[in-house]
Amino acid sequence: MVSSPSEKTKIVVGMASCGIAAGAGDVYNALKEKIEKENLPIVLEKTGCIGACYREPLVEVQTPGLPTVIYGDVSVKRLEMILEKHVKNGEVLANWVVKGEGIHTSEDALFEKQVRIVLRNAGEIDPERIEDYLSRQGYQAIRKVLLNMKPEDVINEIRNSGLRGRGGAGFPTGLKWQFARQSPGKEKYIICNGDEGDPGAFMDRSVMEGDPRSVLEGMLIAGYAIGAQEGFIYVRAEYPLAVKRLQIAIEQARERGFLGKRILGTNFSFDISLKLGAGAFVCGEETALIASIEGKRGMPRLRPPFPAVKGLWGKPTNINNVETFANVPWIILNGAKKFAALGTEKSKGTKVFALAGKIKRGGMVEVPMGISLREVIFDIGGGIANDREFKAVQLGGPSGGCVPANLLDTPVDYESLNQTGAIMGSGGMVVMDDRTCMVDVARFFLNFTQEESCGKCTFCRLGTKRMLEILERITRGEGKPEDLDKLEKLAYNIKKGSLCGLGQTAPNPVLTTLKYFRDEYEAHIFEKRCPAKSCRDLIGYRVIPENCTGCTLCARVCPVNAISGERKQVHYINPEICTRCGACYEVCNFDAIEVFSPVELAETVDE
Amino acid sequence: MKVEFSEEALQQYKDILQRYPEKRAALLPTLHLAQQEFGWISREVMQYLSELMDIPVTVILDTVSFYTMFKTKPSGKYHIQVCSTLSCALRGSREIYEHLTSKLGIQAGEVTPDGKFSLVKVECLGSCGTAPVVQINDDYYEGMTPEKLDKILDELE
Repeated sequence: MVSSPSEKTKIVVGMASCGIAAGAGDVYNALKEKIEKENLPIVLEKTGCIGACYREPLVEVQTPGLPTVIYGDVSVKRLEMILEKHVKNGEVLANWVVKGEGIHTSEDALFEKQVRIVLRNAGEIDPERIEDYLSRQGYQAIRKVLLNMKPEDVINEIRNSGLRGRGGAGFPTGLKWQFARQSPGKEKYIICNGDEGDPGAFMDRSVMEGDPRSVLEGMLIAGYAIGAQEGFIYVRAEYPLAVKRLQIAIEQARERGFLGKRILGTNFSFDISLKLGAGAFVCGEETALIASIEGKRGMPRLRPPFPAVKGLWGKPTNINNVETFANVPWIILNGAKKFAALGTEKSKGTKVFALAGKIKRGGMVEVPMGISLREVIFDIGGGIANDREFKAVQLGGPSGGCVPANLLDTPVDYESLNQTGAIMGSGGMVVMDDRTCMVDVARFFLNFTQEESCGKCTFCRLGTKRMLEILERITRGEGKPEDLDKLEKLAYNIKKGSLCGLGQTAPNPVLTTLKYFRDEYEAHIFEKRCPAKSCRDLIGYRVIPENCTGCTLCARVCPVNAISGERKQVHYINPEICTRCGACYEVCNFDAIEVFSPVELAETVDE
Repeated sequence: MKVEFSEEALQQYKDILQRYPEKRAALLPTLHLAQQEFGWISREVMQYLSELMDIPVTVILDTVSFYTMFKTKPSGKYHIQVCSTLSCALRGSREIYEHLTSKLGIQAGEVTPDGKFSLVKVECLGSCGTAPVVQINDDYYEGMTPEKLDKILDELE
């Protein structure tokens, strides 16, 4: 879109958590001050996350007569240049453009392969203004539902769309609603599960921060469909900005009559409250979450009865995840057919993923189901950071698993991913390169689950601890030959002996790494060697004399003074003092520091 | 020192109560409020809430001890949380943590003698796209390096 010349320049600053942490607040304030001080003809607005977190702060500039562009890595200094060159002189600064109409950048694939349903408004609207949401068909879906559809029609529409739970398990949403509708009882509840906690996952935070009203509207529609009068959003207290924006959205909805008594003049009444968690991962499990809303320790209970029959305060309750709810208004407005046209036979629509780890473009993307992992990681994510070699991608957090390179063409759908031993999960994708030790990855997840186990089931409480201890000693080079069998046996027992999903899936990261990377475990145990050269107890750092220029940089950053050498002389790392933190390796500008396996070195010396 | 909600907090507490069909459900939000008000949840605070809400103090302790965000000892003026989950670890959070321990002279769970800084390791803060992440009080700082961190800490009064 090219703006007409009579309009003012509009500048929109991305103010999600990622933008703010990167300094967007400073950019916004500097600009605001400058506009006021110099009385510049510029309209300043803010918006949520467009997903390109790795280029934050992001600033969109719409100058009359010029194509609309989004600039990346905008500092206060860059902003001055943008104002001077772009806004004043009408000159697009192509080198800094992340996205712009008619401008080709290396990031084109990032946007072209995406289909944005859940993120349809994120990065396009000011999440603190209801007017922005209304201008993009906001609250039209609830209007359509209340005025033209019976609750059964709504449930049928969602069933026909093929939407499945985006929290990870993939249960058909329409069916879940039907169960809750069929449950006898006058009082029913809707709960939105915003207790996102999987390591590497931040999709729900982004949706709640960037487009909170699509979640509210989805909950309203669900409330009408099952016959509920009240809804709760259970959100992590670690997400202060999401809490603030949801609160604003709820208050504005009440003012405009989208929440409260007799909505849009109909007999339907519904209200939503926020409930903050307090740092307990297990509360993402639905029965634990209900206990937590009731003010108790967030411990899961046996199912059945399912929450649809006996949920919050014993009443029928329907729980869906943030992303699931955000899909609902779109499906109602665009039709089940259009949604079901996207994706594979059993997995319809899109999925939002958070790209993290050793990937070039960390951030948030939304892709059609059925796309291959390779396309997501290489085409959209730009491949591996520092052009290293891809080793595996971890999907589904602590309940999921690692998918190796030879399975990169696996399509993103629930069944195909399950076959690899991983799961779709909530959408975290943590990418690993050749320097990542897979035993250490498994150790990270077990450390997480044993900390987060609520302690109710013995196998989950103690079994995960024992698994962690074994993994720790393997990474220290003290693994025993029988350890792998022990891990497998413990994994089996924990899966069998745990009540909830946390315990039942906790061994998955170990099982998948054992399945695909058994050789790495064996190298640690039998050869006392870490093939990725990552485990500190099994590696050393040394100077390559031919490359060392004696610049002294490594000696200066070494936190334990293990490096000695005169200026312009080859340096030396004392292995007795070295803690193998890798600081020297990171700072060296001449590739003069290498990581080595002491065992391998000893073997060559013997030869 | 007598522990008591200010008038404003008391009003907030009453608003919270109205939202739920039973008192117990108001416990978590009231604990958040108390932590904001008193800084941490001491035995005295639990005693006060027990009387205020008419809930046995053992039940309150039972709930407090389950959730990691309720502090049962005082933290520093600046509470530093280092994300140590995999996605941050892959991008160097261990170096960040080690840098902090040597700079501040404290380990996770401790407070500096002057009460200025406290340090904890936490699980995923949900900002993995620009890891590693450090949270200081309510603010996130991303793409951390030891140098950036030094600058941030030096600027804190």
